[in-house]
Amino acid sequence: MAKIIKEKTPIPEQDPKIRRQNFNEVALGYSEEDALREASRCLGCKDSPCLAGCPVEIDIPAFISLIKERDYLGAVRKIKEKNALPAICGRVCPQETQCEQYCTLGKRFEPVAIGRLERFVADYEMVNTKDLQPITCSSPNGKSIAVVGSGPAGLTAAADLAKLDYKVTIFEALHKTGGVLVYGIPEFRLPKAIVEQEVEFVKRLGVELKLSVVIGRTLTIDDLFSEGYDAIFVGVGAGLPHFMDIPGENLNGVYSANEYLTRVNLMKAYLFPEYDTPIKKGKRVAVVGGGNVAMDAARTALRLGADQVFIIYRRSQVEMPARREEVHHAEEEGIEFKTLTNPTRIIGDKQGWVKEIECIRMELGEPDDSGRRRPIPIEGSLFKIEVDIVVMAIGNGANPLLTSATPDMAINKWGYIITDDEGRTTKKGVYAGGDIVTGSATVISAMGAGKRAVRAIHKDLTE
Amino acid sequence: MFKILAKKILASGIKLFEIEAPLVARKALPGQFIVLKIDEYGERIPLTIYEYTRDKGTISIIFQEVGKSTMQLGTLNEGDCLSDIIGPLGCPTKIEKVGRVVTIGGGVGTAVIYPITRSLKEANNRVTSIIGARTRELLILKEEMEKASDELFITTDDGSYGRHGLVTDELKRLIDEGEKIDLIFAIGPVIMMKAVSNLAKQYNLKTMVSLNSIMVDGTGMCGCCRVTVKGRTKFVCVDGPDFEAEGVDFDELMNRQRIYLNEERLSIERYRERECRRNG
Repeated sequence: MAKIIKEKTPIPEQDPKIRRQNFNEVALGYSEEDALREASRCLGCKDSPCLAGCPVEIDIPAFISLIKERDYLGAVRKIKEKNALPAICGRVCPQETQCEQYCTLGKRFEPVAIGRLERFVADYEMVNTKDLQPITCSSPNGKSIAVVGSGPAGLTAAADLAKLDYKVTIFEALHKTGGVLVYGIPEFRLPKAIVEQEVEFVKRLGVELKLSVVIGRTLTIDDLFSEGYDAIFVGVGAGLPHFMDIPGENLNGVYSANEYLTRVNLMKAYLFPEYDTPIKKGKRVAVVGGGNVAMDAARTALRLGADQVFIIYRRSQVEMPARREEVHHAEEEGIEFKTLTNPTRIIGDKQGWVKEIECIRMELGEPDDSGRRRPIPIEGSLFKIEVDIVVMAIGNGANPLLTSATPDMAINKWGYIITDDEGRTTKKGVYAGGDIVTGSATVISAMGAGKRAVRAIHKDLTE
Repeated sequence: MFKILAKKILASGIKLFEIEAPLVARKALPGQFIVLKIDEYGERIPLTIYEYTRDKGTISIIFQEVGKSTMQLGTLNEGDCLSDIIGPLGCPTKIEKVGRVVTIGGGVGTAVIYPITRSLKEANNRVTSIIGARTRELLILKEEMEKASDELFITTDDGSYGRHGLVTDELKRLIDEGEKIDLIFAIGPVIMMKAVSNLAKQYNLKTMVSLNSIMVDGTGMCGCCRVTVKGRTKFVCVDGPDFEAEGVDFDELMNRQRIYLNEERLSIERYRERECRRNG
């Protein structure tokens, strides 16, 4: 037997010094040689423990074994039986806490780089398939489903429903398909051309897209039922930015991460004035928060030309919810981490522009409800950082636009939609999944929720 | 795509479009707005729905050419299409019978106060309207407002038409005349809404305003439009656009409207240069 390669095959990346000045993708992807080498590390375990870690149930050993046979298109077809968005998942899934966490190899060495292999075959297909014929279903089953929201939950639900021969229509409030994949995640982490191609695949399955339709305003859930839809899946995301409620948050130069990223990603403000939407390009930028969104905002600020970018986070780096990989990328690019630090107010100049952010140092006390040690302010430790832009990346709450227009669908005290384990809401025929049910989570968990809801829809409509 | 069915020039730099948008027309109510995007490169701009015709499936908007996007919009003609219209957005204006209402429109804000004025009158209020403009040439919707209200007063800053002065001068006169006013509704430049609010406050009169902050998505997702009302942050796009004037931090709103002045200037310059080149 060949000697086991202990480490993951590294993925080529743009040099940090260069990439901090452009919006091109950071990770460049495996070559065929890299992919074959990495695939050879898979032990093909009989019990396939990795399967337990995949929310969308991809047959991981099967697709890796097809890579070993150099049948890359076969491998991607195998993935697409379960997951319509492999090029996206291969880039943004936190594999380290999912499939790769369960990899047998990972017990002694580094796990197989499942995500990188997924990305390789998905990208391979995009480059090497010219045949873009519709993949029509065998025979429509006569029932139609409305999917509200075209983010990861909605796209996954739509693809799965189409595969079950339903006629599916997605309603999207924004003018582009993809939800957080197009407004939130930056180009340098997930190129929009990749999202477009995966959306194209969902369309080829026969899914129809209606953009710029706000369910809750343009149409209500009940309007959709009167139009004849047999069931409705709601995957609208969380979508209501939190602020800290500290003085100075409405000064000019303070953004929510949603606004900052939407301007840059969806509206392409980084190409202003070629594109009409502007953004303030700060020289010294503070991003408040420790999640992936905070990393995205900080790295975006750098690429917009900031000299210094600070991440301000109230706990220590260990507690940061962001992926290690993203924190590492941010560090490589020169983002400065001010951990155990919490903003107390934002100070403006006479014209009402951000001038400084005042912070207090924190220390960690006993674990709180989240199991993480509670940050406690250290008395008398206030200090100021001179900044001209502040981005609040402290999470999202439930956007009430749809729920307030649907009073007969129950929500919890935070405004999230209440569902059973399979995604049924309290309103008959309406299912929900993703951030509007769980609160802010990951792309892949939203996709898993979309998948679960489809199973419930299918069960309820066929039984 | 959303087709422009009719174009009307109301005043220098102020234009009306009637646009085919059946879904929006079906749901629109007074006080609501749309977000519009001209083309692939366009920004998302919020504009109040001036009129809607449900059976025809059309909405009308009125806009003033103040920035690059509205200038470009103004060059479009009947038969041209807009890439996106999203709406109706925002909470509809609460229309109820309260008695005597004074509605005030300043500048292009008259286009926003018009549907509210009409609805208030239809709800059996006695409606007195005041509309103001810098000068006679910029005065819009005089006849429409005359029809929509029981009486109409007009002011111009330079005295070229109607009363020489500001809308607040006319409001002060109405207050001083002594007839009870149950509600004031003022829409226009922030500085005007602030002045009306301050004046009304002195007499303990309730004033409603419709705020016009900068927006991106218009559905509560970005928080760009936030405004402080009674010490709390509100999103104009979903909590408004109507708010009780007392408690609105108008200075903050004015300041936030200035965020992109430099970028706007750059954008206009670049646009004019390109237009010049295109037109030889």
